[in-house]
Amino acid sequence: MSLQTDKREFNERTTDGIGNPFMRNAVSSAQDSLKTRRLSAATTLGDWEQWRTLGQQIRQHTLKHLDYYLGQLADNIEKKGGHIYFAKTKEEASGYIRDIIVQKNAKKIVKSKSMVTEEIEMNHVLMEAGCELTETDLGEYILQMDDWDPPSHIVAPALHKDRTQIQSVFTEKLGYTGDESPENLARFARTVLRQKFLEADVGITGCNFAVANLGAINLVTNEGNGDLTAAIPKTHIAVMGMERIVPTLEEMEVLDNLLCRSAVGQKLTSYISVIGPSAAGETDGPEDFHLVVVDNGRSEILGSEFNEALQCIRCGACLNVCPVYRHIGGHAYGSIYPGPIGAVITPLLGGYDDYKELPFASSLCAACTDVCPVKIPLHEQLILHRQNIVKEKRTGAAERLQMKTAGRLLASQALFGKALRLANPASRLISRHGRIVRGPQLVRGWINARDLSQPVRQQDSFRAWLDKRKGGSGQ
Amino acid sequence: MKVSIFSTCVVDLMTPNVGIAMVQVLERLGCEIDFPASQVCCGQPAYNSGYLEDSKLAMKNMMLAFEHSDYVVGPSGSCIAMFHEYPKIFKGDPQWELKAVALKEKSYEFTQFIVRVLGITDVGASLEGTATYHRSCHMTRLLGERETPFQLLEQVQGLQMEPLKNSDNCCGFGGTFSVKMPEISEQMVDEKCGCVAETGADILISADMGCLLNIGGRLSRKGEPVKIMHIAEVLNHYNPAATKEEAGHEPANG
Repeated sequence: MSLQTDKREFNERTTDGIGNPFMRNAVSSAQDSLKTRRLSAATTLGDWEQWRTLGQQIRQHTLKHLDYYLGQLADNIEKKGGHIYFAKTKEEASGYIRDIIVQKNAKKIVKSKSMVTEEIEMNHVLMEAGCELTETDLGEYILQMDDWDPPSHIVAPALHKDRTQIQSVFTEKLGYTGDESPENLARFARTVLRQKFLEADVGITGCNFAVANLGAINLVTNEGNGDLTAAIPKTHIAVMGMERIVPTLEEMEVLDNLLCRSAVGQKLTSYISVIGPSAAGETDGPEDFHLVVVDNGRSEILGSEFNEALQCIRCGACLNVCPVYRHIGGHAYGSIYPGPIGAVITPLLGGYDDYKELPFASSLCAACTDVCPVKIPLHEQLILHRQNIVKEKRTGAAERLQMKTAGRLLASQALFGKALRLANPASRLISRHGRIVRGPQLVRGWINARDLSQPVRQQDSFRAWLDKRKGGSGQ
Repeated sequence: MKVSIFSTCVVDLMTPNVGIAMVQVLERLGCEIDFPASQVCCGQPAYNSGYLEDSKLAMKNMMLAFEHSDYVVGPSGSCIAMFHEYPKIFKGDPQWELKAVALKEKSYEFTQFIVRVLGITDVGASLEGTATYHRSCHMTRLLGERETPFQLLEQVQGLQMEPLKNSDNCCGFGGTFSVKMPEISEQMVDEKCGCVAETGADILISADMGCLLNIGGRLSRKGEPVKIMHIAEVLNHYNPAATKEEAGHEPANG
């Protein structure tokens, strides 16, 4: 997988999403239940707004001093005998990981969930190098078994699939013979995966946060697969986005609280682990620890007008409340990062050529901004993208002309007054029984689905009423 | 108290009865009304579409139009929320920043003004019927006003309010979003219409005409017999004088 999951046009992708009742049903039920759970988990923490502000401050502070904390992290990891590698590009990142694997002559790899490894196309690179790679997060495993169906959610990658579909994937690909109960499906996957953990030469995990002063990484999981991936194989490679770092355990505690509650409505997930190179005298854990810090465009975002997007802790809460995501699903975004945060960061990482529609796929309802645990002004960032897209003249010439005309019209009462007077007579040409029935593209988009009355007649307008009244009161 | 009316371009173009109702309610509550005639539009359609420079023309016009007003009151949480964005947009602009801040500080959405400035929750309205209320996203999230419409509606005699399921979900209007991404918008408004119909209410009330034209237009297309009313029309529903003056104006969705 790479950042881009679907090369078709945005319209084709959304039509697919809208036409998929299974996906829409799965997504809307998940949204509805997560909303309640998230709210109750947030309330139990006390003043949620204060926690959000704290989360925002921690993220902003860390980003501001990112060079310092990354330096500290590197020193501490090396001091403990681990390795750290700073990859400028996705090719450097996946190339470094491939080299370790080749050098160790490793064949079997287990992986726990990591979005950044998708971004750097690591799976592809490793499989091409001849490795057998197994995703061990249940959702990711389901997708892998379904011929690498792309993830549709950053926390729950297989959210678009219901249990019946999962049962049929397991039956078809793995010879599963049980029913469609989640317990039985999970038990089956667990049996298969347990063996994979025991056989693996290398374990690859993501990283929720690196803890700078400890030289360690923090993993937040529910299935325990992250810990098995990190603990059983002789070599552990962790991959992190360059910005995912906290100064100490104290800040980690705050962010984990925000993350678990926002992501899945839990006070804490089942496993919150802090893992690093084994200390001297420790008999368990991997012999070799590598941390790959991925830039891949992030340093361009750092300090730019989109800096706040780097505050993201990948909780997925913005996806869980987004009414657009609700109806089109994750695949329609054509990126491993869907939803509101995806519409902000995907064009930053992948460019406007492929992703110029994403910032417009929002009604700017700001549900995302409202729910973000680290206060990223997501809908404002979408407007910033729109401004850039307009500045680069990537919108249609007709739209630009319309906006220019409307801009003049809506800034001058003299012009607007004329338009008001003309609106009703002009609309008669395109109306029947007081309703507009045809018109240019923009109007058609509206009236295809909705009734629209004609604009009011000049003599019936609010301004005419005010004028009449003023005249009347003088008499 | 002197109040300048900000009618909004949607009311000017489509629904004069909302403006009239707002004026009549405010006058009944003792306000002295004026209407700075050079006002047009808050600039939101162009701004939200990314046309920053084009939108600034409209914004500057509004700052000048209301320069001498004490209070500016409009029948739209969304348009007033746009006013509240002006200081951010004109930050660092020596000519306009202070004007932007001044406009923000004196601008109120209609229900917000009645409750928070006038300190009134019972305007003496009465309306027989069952209604549900659609919160507009911009009013609740950007303007941050979640309470005042409900405080006022609670006091309307004879009006039975039914809760709306998933009331936090956007109706799919989103200004230019509804015409730029009509297929997605249609799914959103469809779901909203379903939730409205489920309440069994015969009136859908909101404080934003954009949402109401969207949901009302879809309800009408689907043949749902739900009438839409702006909250100003609801709160004006008792005044005998108003009834006379309003004659000839159909409700917003006909």
